[in-house]
This record gives sequence, structure tokens and C-alpha cells, in this order.
Amino acid sequence: MGDHHHGPAKGLSRWLFTTNHKDIGTMYLWFSFAMFILGGAFAMIIRAELFQPGMQLIEPAFFNQMTTLHGLIMVFGAIMPSFVGLANWLIPMMIGAPDMALPRMNNWSFWILPPTFLLLASTLFMEGGAPAAGWTFYAPLSTTYAAPSVTFFIFSIHVLGLSSIMGSINIIATVMNMRAPGMTYMKMPLFVWTWLITAFLLVAVMPVLAGAVTMMLMDVHFGTSFFSAAGGGDPVLFQHVFWFFGHPEVYIIILPAFGVVSQIIPAFSRKTLFGYDSMVYATASIAFLSFIVWAHHMYTVGMPVAGELFFMYATMLIAVPTGVKVFNWVTTMWRGALTFETPMLFCIGFLILFTIGGFTGLMLSIAPADFQYHDSYFVVAHFHYVMVAGAVFSMSAAIYFWLPKWCGRMYNETMGKTHFWISFIGFNITFFPQHFVGLAGMPRRIPDYALQFADFNMMSSIGAFIYGASQILFLYNVIATIVAGKPVSDEKVWEGAEGLEWTIPTPAPYHTFETPPKIDPAHAHS
Amino acid sequence: MGFKAKRFWKLALGPVLMLMSALALAAGGDVSSVNMSPGVTEVGERIYDLHMIILIICTVIGVGVFGVMFYSIIYHRKSKGVIPATFHESTKVEIAWTVVPFFILIAMAVPATTTLLEIYDFDDAEMDILVTGYQWKWKYEYLNEEGDNVSFFSNLRTPQTEIYNAEDKGEHYLLEVDEPLVIPVGTKVRFLVTANDVIHSWWVPALAVKKDAIPGFINETWTRAETEGVFRGQCAELCGKDHGFMPIVVNVVSKEEYGQWMAAKQTEAAEIKQLMAQTFTMDEQMERGKGVYDRACLACHGAAGEGGLGKAIAGSPIATGDLGQHLDIGINGVPGTAMQAFGGQLNDVDMAAVITYQRNAFGNNMGDTVQPIDVYNHKKG
Repeated sequence: MGDHHHGPAKGLSRWLFTTNHKDIGTMYLWFSFAMFILGGAFAMIIRAELFQPGMQLIEPAFFNQMTTLHGLIMVFGAIMPSFVGLANWLIPMMIGAPDMALPRMNNWSFWILPPTFLLLASTLFMEGGAPAAGWTFYAPLSTTYAAPSVTFFIFSIHVLGLSSIMGSINIIATVMNMRAPGMTYMKMPLFVWTWLITAFLLVAVMPVLAGAVTMMLMDVHFGTSFFSAAGGGDPVLFQHVFWFFGHPEVYIIILPAFGVVSQIIPAFSRKTLFGYDSMVYATASIAFLSFIVWAHHMYTVGMPVAGELFFMYATMLIAVPTGVKVFNWVTTMWRGALTFETPMLFCIGFLILFTIGGFTGLMLSIAPADFQYHDSYFVVAHFHYVMVAGAVFSMSAAIYFWLPKWCGRMYNETMGKTHFWISFIGFNITFFPQHFVGLAGMPRRIPDYALQFADFNMMSSIGAFIYGASQILFLYNVIATIVAGKPVSDEKVWEGAEGLEWTIPTPAPYHTFETPPKIDPAHAHS
Repeated sequence: MGFKAKRFWKLALGPVLMLMSALALAAGGDVSSVNMSPGVTEVGERIYDLHMIILIICTVIGVGVFGVMFYSIIYHRKSKGVIPATFHESTKVEIAWTVVPFFILIAMAVPATTTLLEIYDFDDAEMDILVTGYQWKWKYEYLNEEGDNVSFFSNLRTPQTEIYNAEDKGEHYLLEVDEPLVIPVGTKVRFLVTANDVIHSWWVPALAVKKDAIPGFINETWTRAETEGVFRGQCAELCGKDHGFMPIVVNVVSKEEYGQWMAAKQTEAAEIKQLMAQTFTMDEQMERGKGVYDRACLACHGAAGEGGLGKAIAGSPIATGDLGQHLDIGINGVPGTAMQAFGGQLNDVDMAAVITYQRNAFGNNMGDTVQPIDVYNHKKG
């Protein structure tokens, strides 16, 4: 056995050829942070142009490229890979497995990402500019009327889908086959559960997205008319196919975040998660419902009234399992012994802001009201409350929570709390006023706006700059921790932390659980 | 208490700040800048009521949930020496908070359904207007039962100098058009909504109408304005470069005024028909042509014909080449590019004028004067 206890290879080849889940997780996390900065830079350009009415800094065509790339890079480059990175680090450690089930595929599913995003970003320098039809790229604006760079965009989406599908298969295979003896499904930590369900969603819908972009490719280059009315095609078909992918996609983003919060809130409440079983069932219900609500993004498209009613009722139903989750988190805190370290602050921030996003989501589900909300800034505010406050806040919480375990060094708590407060305040100054301008009639995706929206837009831009700056503090804190943080040697790191990942030495050794751990059969779940 | 209160405010700072700013605005009186407006239709009022009911329900639930959470945050902290409880499930409680929200949802679904059915009731419309979205303008065609149909384009009127900050911005910056839609008050107007190129969406908040304009589809929607006035909206679906610059203005006028306006439009259309039989001088065509160019061509081809999204007109081989080919591109466009077919957008008088202008402005000097009859003949083939 001795020869198995080797450390990582030296130099660049360690990272290029690694099959170690921790190395690959680290690369995913750094890559996604780089994309977060890039997508954030695009957001800063957008908010700078919207600081005042009138065109000041950029042209409308470039503005559209910015909104498009901001959305694509944040969704596919920042949020999704960051949670895959977290899954890589944590799932084997949480289920008592030595590594992921398919380590070489793991390496490949990471390494095809950087060139793909390089290709996507390079479209900015192509003739006609980058894709500019929004991250939802509705045809025919994204086909017949698109710049030539759309072909590169389609290729990027294909490769991203490939990467996601491989990553998901790996997670499914790992969770199903590599659990330590005694780690039954209903003993798995909730983060593992949410990722298992997410992985199934990904495997189901990424091929649908691939189908949509393939049809686009055929329309652009091979004379077909899937989405062109002039050739007998149907532009609305694109929206159905896109949102059949797109709605599960938003749960793909948020479910792992639910998992993270379900690990952290019990730790700092020093109390077991309330309603573990109902959390699992609620997650599964949300995943199922996510497949039958897609057309609520298309209430104004001219569906028959029966369709509108079906999608409205189905969408409203999602409030039930989502409500169960929020109630369970709050009840977990109830009569706990709470402390408020940075990860807990981010989880409380998540809880408040995600709930607000959930409420606006419920409002948007009401089809007649959606005729007024649809494609306005109200929608922009809504999905940033669930995406940023949901995914990004929980991701920040996760980094602060597990980083000490990973690198054996403690982050600076004051700096962490400062990061939280600046983020929280900056985020709300940015996105809360967008509810107001949306309700007052400001459409989304416009580079310039009427004068009555000026005050709130300026406020929004100032908030965005504050929120953007707070992420630099985050980056600094993480680097300072890794390089020179106060060493931690306690296995648990956090007093209230439960689960297998807290039973291994700190910092986590390069190889863990080469022999499976013993699971206490009496222990309900972590 | 002092210590606790301080911690509480520290935690509550963010939401409190937001709430205070919202209240300050609401107290400022002008709620229309922070909330949906009921507008001037019955449907709009019902949508507004629905919006407010759900907002209030959500707020009450939110206050409850956050209240419990903040109670925990204040009183159930380790620093107060609390020993954590050990409960972790309760079937009764969990059934309750699954079932109760379900009934709240049913309570919301009932008024939502009745409102939706009313919105989808297109019967008994008193007049029809065909609304067509173009990159980046709207075309309105009144499908009159008596007399000729009347149609016109409605373009952004805000000058580039205001957009690019060379001049002060007017009161209705970006929400003003050269020719608004005119509809009579108290009349059920049915809109047939479609598009010529990409997907647009016709949205006038005060009329409670938003409907996607999709090429190849004709969508229905309707409104009945109860108040006269000028109501403004914008395209709501990303449709390319100038998506933010294709506003909608609707004049709701009395039925008498509408009748007079419609009669005048029909007379104007008859006059255009007459003009089509006339012959114009070069100067007349250049003058009319400049007006048409600024309205229809400038956005893509530039103020000095230097090009932009479209090709340059100045020195262009088409504008300085064969007239037949020039007419063909103007009338039929270039399929697969942003160059639209203007044959249906400009009448023959305007088309003749703008072709003349393109051939004799920006340093082009072809010296030919195109007449409406030339356009007519070209269209006939």
C-alpha cells in the first residue's frame, strides 16, 4: 500500500494530467472565479453605460454583446463550473470515497472548458462582434440576423454541454457506486443529494440545448428553416426548445446552492438539519416540476389560454416545495445555539434574498400580471435575487466554510465579514431599485432609457460598483488565507460541523479514504 | 439590552436601509415611479389588483418567516448560553406547511384565472389594427370596414444629438415618435400583432397590453382605454441594435376626434395616390428624399451616407450604378442581411425620392431623377 501514498506530481504536468478530485476541484474553482471576474467586468461596463440617460461610453450594438456575454459567462462559466468544483472537492469526502468514479473523464471535462471560453470571448474581436441576441439567443435574431461569430458561439455551447454531461455522469457514477459501506442514500449529506438530482437534470437537458443550437447551425449554414417563418419554420419552436433546457437550468444552478446552505446552517446552529427527509423529497419535487413549467417564460408569445393556465398552475406549485425548504432552514435555526461566522452570514443573506427572489418568482408566475412584468427590469431584479443571492452568496459561504479544511489555514474573519456586508449592501442597492423601474415600465436589455428611470438606474450602477469591488476583497482574502492564513489543525475546524469530510486530517491530505470509513448505523445523517 | 440592540441593528442594517428608502419614496407621493400603474383600462386595474394582492400576501408571509428567523438570530445565540434543542423533525408541522401554502396558492389562482380569461376574450372588438414590428420601428395598419385601410410607420423622433448628449434631453426622451397610433376612447380595439424580421414585443403599460410580434404568426390582443390621453411604451423583446429606440406612442382621443383624424388620413392616402401620377423635378425629389432618408435609411447607412450597420451609400457601386439594380435593392432588400425590403414600407412617391437622393447626395452625382411611375413599373416587373 505504501506506494499509493504519493503526493502530487511537480510542475505544470500536475495540473494538466491530474486525475485527483481535489486538484480538479481546485482548477474548476479558480477557473470559475476567473470567469466570474470577466462576467463581472462586462456587468460593470453595462452599469457604467446605464449610469445616466444617453449613450456615453459604448454603442448599442456593443451593449447587446455585453449583456449577452455577461449572461452566458456568468451562467456557463462562473456559476455552473464553481459548483462542479465544489462537487469534486466534497462529494468523495462526504461519502467516504477515495476519488471520483471516472477520474480521467473528470480531467477532460475540466480541460475542455478554458479553450471553449477563450473561443467564446474571442468572438468579441471578430468581424460583426460577439453574439448579441441575449443569453437566451432567440431565433431568428440569433440565426438569420446574427453576426458570423454565432457559429463559434454554437461550437462553444456544444463543448460546454459536453463538459457538463461528462461532469454529471461522473457525479452520478460516483454517488451511486462509491459510497462507503453503510452510507445509504438517506444518510447522504444534503449537498450530495442536491448534486445527484442536479446531475440527472443536466444529463436530461444539456442534449436539448445541443439540439437547439444544432438546429441554429443548420439554419445558418445548411439552408434549413427550423426557426425561419419565411421557409415554413417556427420561431416560437426555438423558445420552447430553449426553455425546456432553460428552466431546469435555473434549478441546476440553485439546487447545489440549497445543498450548501443545508450543510452550513446546521453547523452554525449547532443543531441537526430540520426535516432531512422532506428536504430530499422537496428537492426531487422541484426537479420534477422544473420540466413542466418551461413556457412560463413565454406567457406573451401568444399561447392558447389552456396552455397559459397549465403553465401558470404548474409554476405556482413550485412555491410549495420551495417554501418547505425555507421553513426547514428557519426551523433548523430555531432554538439552536447560533454564531455568526462569515459562512453563516452568507447563508442568512442567502435565506433573506433568495426568499425575496422566490416571492417575485411567485408574482411572475401569475400569467395576467406577467403581461406587465414580462421582459421588464422586474424580471432582471427577480433573477438576480435568485442567481446572485442564491448561487453566488451560497458559493461564497461554501468557500469560507470549507477552505480552512482544504488548505489547513483560517481566513481572516474580519475581512470575511466585511466582504459579506459590502456584498449584501451593494447587492441590494444594485438590484432592489430594479424592481421599481421594472414596475414603472422600463424594458430590459436597453442601452438607454427614458428620464423617469434615471435616479434608480444611477443608484443601481453605484450599487453594482460597490458589489463588484467587494469581490476583489474576496479574492484577496482567499489568496491571503492560502498563502499566510493562521494554521488550523483541528479536524473539525468548526465546532458544529458534522460529516465525514470533518473526520479526515486538516489540511485534507492529497488522498483520502483509501480504505472506506466506518459509518455509524445509528447516526441518522450528517 | 444595549449590546443586543447593537448586534440586531448590525444584522438588520441592509433590509432596514432598503425598506426606509422604499418608504421614503412612497411617502414622496409619486408611487408611479416605484410601482405598477393600473393604467387606463379595466383589465389594467384588475391586473394591478392582482399584483397588489399577491405582493401583500408575499409581504405578510415574508414578515412571518423573517420574524421567526430574526427572533432566533436575537435570542437563540450561543453567546447567550443557549443549549441547542435536539428536535429535527415533526410530521405534523411539515404537513401543515405543505398544505397551507397550497390553499393560499389556490386562493391566488382563482382571480388570476378569471382575469386571464377576460384578457383572452377577443370577441366584440369594434375595430382592428394590424401592428407590425420592424427593425426598429412599428407599422400600424387600420383595417377599416368603411373606406380605405390607412397605414403608416411610427419612428423614434428623439434626435441623435439628444441621445449622444450634444443637446439637452426633452421631456419625452426616447418615448416620442413621428406619428403616434390614434385610437378612440371607450372602444374595444383589437390588435393583430406580427413582425417583419425578428421578434419584437408591443408593450404599452397604461393599456395593459404586451404581446410578442413574431414573424410568421399573427397574435391577438385588445384594449379598451377609458381615459383620453397620450400613453407611451416600448418594444419589450430584444430585437437587435436599436431595440431600445423603437418606442410606442398611443393617442387616445374622443370618438369624434378619431373620426376626423381617420377621415384626414384617408384623404392624405388619396393625395399620395394622386402624387404617384405626377412628375417631380430634381429639387423636389432631393428635398423629399432627404426627409425619407433620415427617417428610413440613416440608422444603418449613416447621416453622411458613410455606412455603419449597412454599407456606405457615398460612392457605393449600387447608388452610382445601374438604376434598375438600385431600385431592386431598395424595394426587395437583400435577403439574409439587415437590408430590409422597403417596397412595402415606403410608398412609391417616397421610394422614388429617396433613390434619387441616394444617387445625388453625399458626393454621388448621377444626375438622374427617379419618378414614382418608375418605381411602380419596377414593382410590376
